[in-house]
Amino acid sequence: MLNASLKQLSGQLAQKKISSVELTTECLDRIKRLNPEYNAFITVNEEMSLAQAQTADALIASGRSGPLTGIPVAQKDIFCAKGWLTTCGSKMLSNFVSPYDAGVIERFNAAGAVNIGKTNMDEFAMGSSNETSHYGFVRNPWDVTAVPGGSSGGAACAVAARLAPAATGTDTGGSIRQPAALCGISGIKPTYGLVSRYGMIAFASSLDQGGPMAKSAEDLALLLNVMVGFDARDSTSLQRDVEDYAGELQKPLHGLRIGLPKEYFAAGMSSEVELAVTHALEEFRKLGAQTVEISLPNVPLSIPVYYVLAPAEASSNLSRFDGVRYGYRAESYTDLADMYRKSRAQGFGAEVKRRILIGTYVLSHGYYDAYYIKAQKLRRLIAQDFADAYQQCDVIMGPTTPTVAFNLGEKSGDPIQMYLSDIYTSAANLTGMPAMSIPVGFGEKRRPIGLHLIGNYFREAQLLNIAHQYQQVTDWHVQSPV
Amino acid sequence: MCNHPSEFVRYRETQFLAGNQIMQWEIVIGLEVHAQLSTRSKIFSGASTAYGAPPNTQACAIDLALPGVLPVLNKGAVERAIRFGLSVGAAINSPSIFARKNYFYPDLPKGYQISQYELPVVQGGTIRIQTESGEKVIRLTRAHLEEDAGKSLHEDFHGMSGIDLNRAGTPLLEIVSEPDIRSSAEAVAYAKTLHALVRWIGICDGNMQEGSFRCDANVSVRPKGTEKLGTRCEIKNLNSFRFLEKAIDFEVGRQIEILEDGGVIRQETRLYDANRDETRTMRTKEDANDYRYFPDPDLLPLEISPAWIEQIGRALPELPRVRQERYMTEFALSQYDASVLTASRETADFFEATVGHLPGQGKLCANWIMGEISGQLNKDGIEIGSCPISPDRLATLLARIVDKTISGKAAKTVFDSLWKGEFGQDVDTIIAEKGLKQISDDGALETLIDQVLTANPQQVADFRGGKEKAFNSLIGQIMKATQGKANPAQVNAMLKRKLEA
Repeated sequence: MLNASLKQLSGQLAQKKISSVELTTECLDRIKRLNPEYNAFITVNEEMSLAQAQTADALIASGRSGPLTGIPVAQKDIFCAKGWLTTCGSKMLSNFVSPYDAGVIERFNAAGAVNIGKTNMDEFAMGSSNETSHYGFVRNPWDVTAVPGGSSGGAACAVAARLAPAATGTDTGGSIRQPAALCGISGIKPTYGLVSRYGMIAFASSLDQGGPMAKSAEDLALLLNVMVGFDARDSTSLQRDVEDYAGELQKPLHGLRIGLPKEYFAAGMSSEVELAVTHALEEFRKLGAQTVEISLPNVPLSIPVYYVLAPAEASSNLSRFDGVRYGYRAESYTDLADMYRKSRAQGFGAEVKRRILIGTYVLSHGYYDAYYIKAQKLRRLIAQDFADAYQQCDVIMGPTTPTVAFNLGEKSGDPIQMYLSDIYTSAANLTGMPAMSIPVGFGEKRRPIGLHLIGNYFREAQLLNIAHQYQQVTDWHVQSPV
Repeated sequence: MCNHPSEFVRYRETQFLAGNQIMQWEIVIGLEVHAQLSTRSKIFSGASTAYGAPPNTQACAIDLALPGVLPVLNKGAVERAIRFGLSVGAAINSPSIFARKNYFYPDLPKGYQISQYELPVVQGGTIRIQTESGEKVIRLTRAHLEEDAGKSLHEDFHGMSGIDLNRAGTPLLEIVSEPDIRSSAEAVAYAKTLHALVRWIGICDGNMQEGSFRCDANVSVRPKGTEKLGTRCEIKNLNSFRFLEKAIDFEVGRQIEILEDGGVIRQETRLYDANRDETRTMRTKEDANDYRYFPDPDLLPLEISPAWIEQIGRALPELPRVRQERYMTEFALSQYDASVLTASRETADFFEATVGHLPGQGKLCANWIMGEISGQLNKDGIEIGSCPISPDRLATLLARIVDKTISGKAAKTVFDSLWKGEFGQDVDTIIAEKGLKQISDDGALETLIDQVLTANPQQVADFRGGKEKAFNSLIGQIMKATQGKANPAQVNAMLKRKLEA
């Protein structure tokens, strides 16, 4: 049952071969047994999950169920969920029980899905290894000495280790795609504005986008059908016609033009990653696609641009965590300034502080033009590179990460090396384009390798189609570490 | 030299008038006015903006800045800003950008205020004010939308502060003038004109006690005849016209005294203490925040279509200045009368409704509204909107003066009765019941006058002998005989004719 696709699970639920309570209980049991080692979940609440499962079973019994009714979904602890502890991986919110549901949570609730628990993550989604979490690191289920990636490391681990059939993540610079790649699962970051950011605790507002993480492209399509939708409470939410993201899955890939940016196949990529990607491209050619070399000349600037803009927005977004109204407040202090200083010094971890400092610096008087304004200009140039590239191809492919998962502790002392894990992924956040990662092989010690697919705006259905066709002829996505 | 700052200013002016050779100073003032916009809900949330609710009962998740919440712009606030822009002849920027102003304070829940920095919604425009030396144009720099902060309450909590976030997120229009103002009197005239305008176009209730209309004054002085601006001090939160005037007077005196003693002005923010009538340092430039403004990524650039601007323009009421000019031509009113009547839209509307019932009597209507009506309203402490006498009743009353049914004096009696709501507020019933009808019948008056002349031969002889005073005595006798109901002008003319016959 744990290796079943969402479609299979949904069918079994509808035919009452299993109940949502049984499925939920099985997940909860596995979490209870395995989470102490993996640490994929920060919060599990059996009572609340089972209550939702019972509601789902009633819905199914009454014949009013949808494709996700009764399916357990692990929610990243960045999404506010009413009555659930919502920590965002931080000590700052160690006591914050959300009084409201995020837009995404509302949509899953309306679909009858079961919240199976809140997954571990890098603190405020700032990290690429899940090691910045206040609630401890997460292990990669393929090799427990490796990181799962981040920031949605708990979500990727939960799906890979079969603790939950599906999960949500958020992606600001690669936080869905990078952990999906390192844990051998599939994940998609939709076009900016498709998934509501209401109730999704902000890291960098202009880059943050929620998305699903699951075993296959087909599963992602079903999840995306629930997650995408206009939300008037988010001013950046896009109002579009409802789309069936599973609608194009079966389309053959004949004539598909795959762009291969020379900048993504340059030095820095490990040979095992290069080999796996090359093999994957060969499969696509067999499926009728052709590859064209393209260039994205400004894309090598993505990381510096990203590390100006994301911290700038974060430094302001995180100002609300001041110990005044909710969240962590220092035990003792002498006056207001001291209360702010101590609460924030004690409540935030080192990486969050580093980014607040960078962000504060680049927005400061006298530096704003040199950093923030210049980065915004480059952001537009990068977007133009992609627009030009889509004149020559339909989809862009490359490795999701330069290497397989690194060892726990290997890069945690070297922020620059850590930031370079997002070298291929952050451009899609800067441009707002949809992008996904699918498993295409293994490297040393059976650590997974991901293929990165970047599509043009609103071409999620096409990306899922391409991935699905690949997954019809390969079996990387059905392999499991457990 | 002198003890009180305003005396000091007067002393300076005296020297200037006397043409003394010592340094003469020019006062330079720019005002920033925060007008609270009259929307029912907040600028970025659905919470109510009503004043006076128990603390924190009108603060929703967005106002509390809970994790994950996002702002959604209230279209009504934008519409009001555009209304203002159009009424001062400003440009409406599209797009305009919302920016975050970052600083920490407990009553600022997000740790930043959403405001506008580059590209405010309203750019430029002018306000015309009346000064002693005639009309003066004050240029506006800009007007931008922003959210208000909450309130910190430092009393009543032992060793702690209370935070009330009801006000957090209330929409404000910050209206910034150029440094075109040259005296505290001009500053007050500007603030009053602006106050009347925002109420006139219905974007702000103007309630200064509740903080709906607050002024900050940027004050500097420079040697008369020089161009370079002096170092300015900003005086915060002046919530009455009187405080505005007194704070500026004090500040000007303070700055001149420092400069004349050879000192330099420190750029700083100062607070006005009304109890002590002085300003004092709040913070200096050195400890000023770097607000790290940047475009708010949660809000898209605000696009305003020309069609929307046009629609708002069409719905805009006739503006006070336009009406003032129309009253001067259409009703032959003086500029003074016209400006008093257009001080508020309600007063102007009342005037127009009255004169609408009484065509050709603009001056009479103006006199009664500015006199009796305004006096009684003041006495009762009510606004013209709650005036117990409607414009059509007032017009009926005034019509009885015009058609000589009653005298002006009797009309005041009728007015009092109307004000009290007596006799179903029917003018003619009041005249009849109180016996106020004027005797205008020539025959009846002639008989009466003859009787009085016959009964007072001595006065008649005195008058004819050249004693003018005797005439008044005879008038008095006639009025007494009619119990004051005779038409005085008519009596006067008839008596004169008879005596001179």
